[in-house]
Amino acid sequence: MSFIPNTDADRAHMLSAIGVASTAELFHDVPKDFRFPRLDLPAALSEHEVLGQLDALSRLNAQGPQTPSFLGAGAYNHFIPAVVDAMVSRSEFATAYTPYQPEVSQGTLQAIFEYQSMIARLTGMEISNASHYDGATSTAEAVIMALNVAQREKKRVLLSAGVHPQYRAVVRTYTQGMGLTVTGDESTSIGFDQLGDLCDESTACVVVQYPDFLGRVAEPAQLSGLAKRVHACGALLVVVANPVALGLLVPPGEMGADVVAGEGQALGNHLSFGGPYLGFFAFRRDHIRKSSGRIAGETVDQDGRRSYVFTLSTREQHIRREKATSNICTNQSLNALTAAVYLTALGPRGLRRVAELCWHKAHYLASRVGSLSGYSVTKGEFFHEFAVRCPRPVSRINARLFEKHGIVGGYDLGADYPELRDAMLLCCTEVTTKEQIDRLVAALEDCRNA
Amino acid sequence: MEYKFDQKARYSKTHEWVRMDGAEAVVGITDYAQNKLSDVVFTDLPAVGKVLTKESAFMVIESVKAAEEVFAPVSGAVTARNEKLVKAPELVNKDPFGDGWLVRVRLSDVKELDSLMDLASYRKLVETL
Amino acid sequence: MPEPLIFEVSRKGRQGVSLPACDVPETPIPSHLCRSELSLPEVSEMDVVRHYVRLSQLNYAVDTGFYPLGSCTMKYNPKANDAAARLPGFAALHPLQDPSTSQGALAVMHSLQEMIAEIGGFYAVSLQPSAGAHGELTGILILRKYHADRGQTGRTRILVPDSAHGTNPASTAMAGLEAVEIPSDKRGNIDISCLKANLDDRVAGLMLTNPNTLGLFEENLLEVTRLVHAAGGLVYGDGANFNAILGMARPGDMGIDVMHFNLHKTFSTPHGGGGPGAGAVGVVEELADYLPGPVVAVVSKDAADPRQYDWCMPARSIGRVKSFHGNFGILVRAYVYIRMLGPDGLRAVAENAVLNANYLQARLKGVYPVPHGDRTCMHEFVAQGKLAAAPDIRALDISKRLIDYGFHPPTNYFPLIVPEALMIEPTETESLETLDSFAQALLEIAREAGANPEVLQEAPHSSPVRRLDEVKAARELKVTAG
Repeated sequence: MSFIPNTDADRAHMLSAIGVASTAELFHDVPKDFRFPRLDLPAALSEHEVLGQLDALSRLNAQGPQTPSFLGAGAYNHFIPAVVDAMVSRSEFATAYTPYQPEVSQGTLQAIFEYQSMIARLTGMEISNASHYDGATSTAEAVIMALNVAQREKKRVLLSAGVHPQYRAVVRTYTQGMGLTVTGDESTSIGFDQLGDLCDESTACVVVQYPDFLGRVAEPAQLSGLAKRVHACGALLVVVANPVALGLLVPPGEMGADVVAGEGQALGNHLSFGGPYLGFFAFRRDHIRKSSGRIAGETVDQDGRRSYVFTLSTREQHIRREKATSNICTNQSLNALTAAVYLTALGPRGLRRVAELCWHKAHYLASRVGSLSGYSVTKGEFFHEFAVRCPRPVSRINARLFEKHGIVGGYDLGADYPELRDAMLLCCTEVTTKEQIDRLVAALEDCRNA
Repeated sequence: MEYKFDQKARYSKTHEWVRMDGAEAVVGITDYAQNKLSDVVFTDLPAVGKVLTKESAFMVIESVKAAEEVFAPVSGAVTARNEKLVKAPELVNKDPFGDGWLVRVRLSDVKELDSLMDLASYRKLVETL
Repeated sequence: MPEPLIFEVSRKGRQGVSLPACDVPETPIPSHLCRSELSLPEVSEMDVVRHYVRLSQLNYAVDTGFYPLGSCTMKYNPKANDAAARLPGFAALHPLQDPSTSQGALAVMHSLQEMIAEIGGFYAVSLQPSAGAHGELTGILILRKYHADRGQTGRTRILVPDSAHGTNPASTAMAGLEAVEIPSDKRGNIDISCLKANLDDRVAGLMLTNPNTLGLFEENLLEVTRLVHAAGGLVYGDGANFNAILGMARPGDMGIDVMHFNLHKTFSTPHGGGGPGAGAVGVVEELADYLPGPVVAVVSKDAADPRQYDWCMPARSIGRVKSFHGNFGILVRAYVYIRMLGPDGLRAVAENAVLNANYLQARLKGVYPVPHGDRTCMHEFVAQGKLAAAPDIRALDISKRLIDYGFHPPTNYFPLIVPEALMIEPTETESLETLDSFAQALLEIAREAGANPEVLQEAPHSSPVRRLDEVKAARELKVTAG
């Protein structure tokens, strides 16, 4: 089935109107030798068969209430209220196009305007865009924005090792053609003081994460201090933030951040094996003309009705072409809508409560794991993730945790941080139960000899 | 389309004008240029002191649908910028040769004016477009 | 009825969702780490629902009506796609789980990689990019690295036709290369003599959309790709218009070296009001090592092996272009679509898409100028919003008046090389009745333009809001509430 409504009779009618005998004739410009290839693909299946096949494949994946998981590392298993999916699966939102004709797209445009407003308030910044692809590309776009603010005259970018390893990799991919020095993340021992020391007049930006990849929460005074030093060099401070944590913690906008980027998946979006996610991107008004991504703005129509429209399009690719601030076109609009519905459904108190529950659950786990011999929890204030040094390689522990105990263990930090070999990043969210935590602790004790 | 011109100005091929006012030159974009841009929403004026080079782009003017570079018709240092445009960018549309001026320049080479078009030549150019 | 902002619906003390009590001992949270206030809306769940449902009702969507947007391929989004993406085994799966616990997801991705490669005539595919433009950046970075590895760092130019989408030069610039524009000739093809004049050892490649944004198949395609290769360059294919030749021709067979596919266009995944999409990238064998990674590889021939599929970083990869693996929820949807269509169904897509477009072109020619109406169009064609009887009427006015007839306007003012362009792409999922209604509406509007032009210039009359003051929006820049 191809979802094609026209019949042979319809087609005959159309062919006659066009003046050709067959549809094959319409492809006469395709080089003869390459026309109508045979595609080596399986024959069509009915909807029932395909869904049955996919249902079976989906069951090969371990997840669900029977399989407690302590994986975080940039993607988080939060509770998604039923109202969220109910709203974003409405086909008026899901099957609408980008709102280039604002008169018939006020639903999308107003929802985006509201999303922008919520992200601005959450991050403590003045302005937010309508989304980037994910936390990693949002971070890369923040770096590019800082380079543009410096008129491409500064060639140095400082990244903290506390920034998600995949985000740092994407920054390097995106900037590989720009002749830059990207440095500062050689070791987790390079803290805010050292980053401040490394910052100079050739530095376009310093990028840190809050809470960082290892779960650690910086002291507001320290982050503000770093901001001052970064600004004194004429550079921008980019803070990659966890949006659920921002329901509780001091927002980066209050500590001198120039750009706040990050992953919005935790705001109502399913884990979905890594995507589609949501790159949020908030910044100071001064830099709006160097910003990237769509921005919805308020105006009126010819009858004076308040309405919304994409604005400042002269930054964007369809007008500015090679001089655009970014090439981004299709972004993550439906995921942004999802975040907005989630934030609205929870409200400020609900979001704070989610964050507090994450804190309490993770701290309970940390205190119990910390008292197990062979395991040591790394020191420092953390939000809902923390690193724990294990008595055996993490891969061995995780294999045993899963095979024997049916638990998905934490992230193997040794893959990204040589100084953290045999350390695991454990995460709790508000859906993690005490019973699951106690089960994990017992299992970890058993895994001491994995 | 009837375009306006300024008798006292000289013109570049890229639709900028220059007019001497005492020892300084006043620079702006022509009526043809503002009409093509349509409603101006933002002018990215250079700082006072910036040195302009003839035929190099020195700023951008934005409308809703376009962002056009403005090319210096003459070389020299910027002595003043039209601060009124910050709050009222539409002056570029309303009065491109008067209140919609962009910058004042202290010329580094007054002979550069000779290579610009006079009114008659520029008018001819616009008629062909 | 205008819908208030959610902030205006907010009332202090209201709350939507409730959360469970804390079942672990609480650990004190240092107050100096905490924010003092968070100004988000406080509303009940009913408020949430009414607000968003009413907003949705202000939108036009594919599920409401016809969307003849050129180069966007607004075809029907099958609901089976969504059902598959929602399966808990996919929707709740964490991307960083050990591959042995996500073999089902890896199987879907591997199969999709293979099917797209087969459909496009490519050797290998990465599913990581999130959108077409993301795929373009990926492709240009691949070209750049390929040449750099061969010591050819002087190849800094990408040739881009003047009909290209703005993302093409923008992606080129982002990759650190220079976009050089190549004009089109009178038949709408790339001007071959200009192409030849610009092909030298400074050229990394050509970015080609085929069919192009005029809706025309490049008549000299094989010569174009041969010329670029002879000059030491590579050809990047922008797959935005792939719906025209799906199953009818394979770009990889015809000299395209690397190409992105827009899964949210050709492969029916929903557009979401501006995303999410997915921009899978296919490459010929010589470029396979450069793909962004990780990609899914088969590591064990034994289908029962819990580690049959695993992640694999291509040997000379340009690196990651995104976190995790790609927009998996979108990939599942494309997979379902391809499996439901099969090879015959995929071919029928292009066949009917091209037929529908030619039919509309035949019906509108003679009333609206169609600059290349003498050629067979592919899945789309470009008409001009210029009517001899109404010289003051523009494409904009015709578009806004179409809204009053219940249609979403076609793409306006693009490609840039056609003044007052109206780019019309019906897609294969529209019926003859819809096409006739649309043609009828345009013919009626042409008559109105002559008799009563104000009705066009004041249009739309029947939409929730009328023409917006975009100048005010740009001057005042009110981009957050309150």
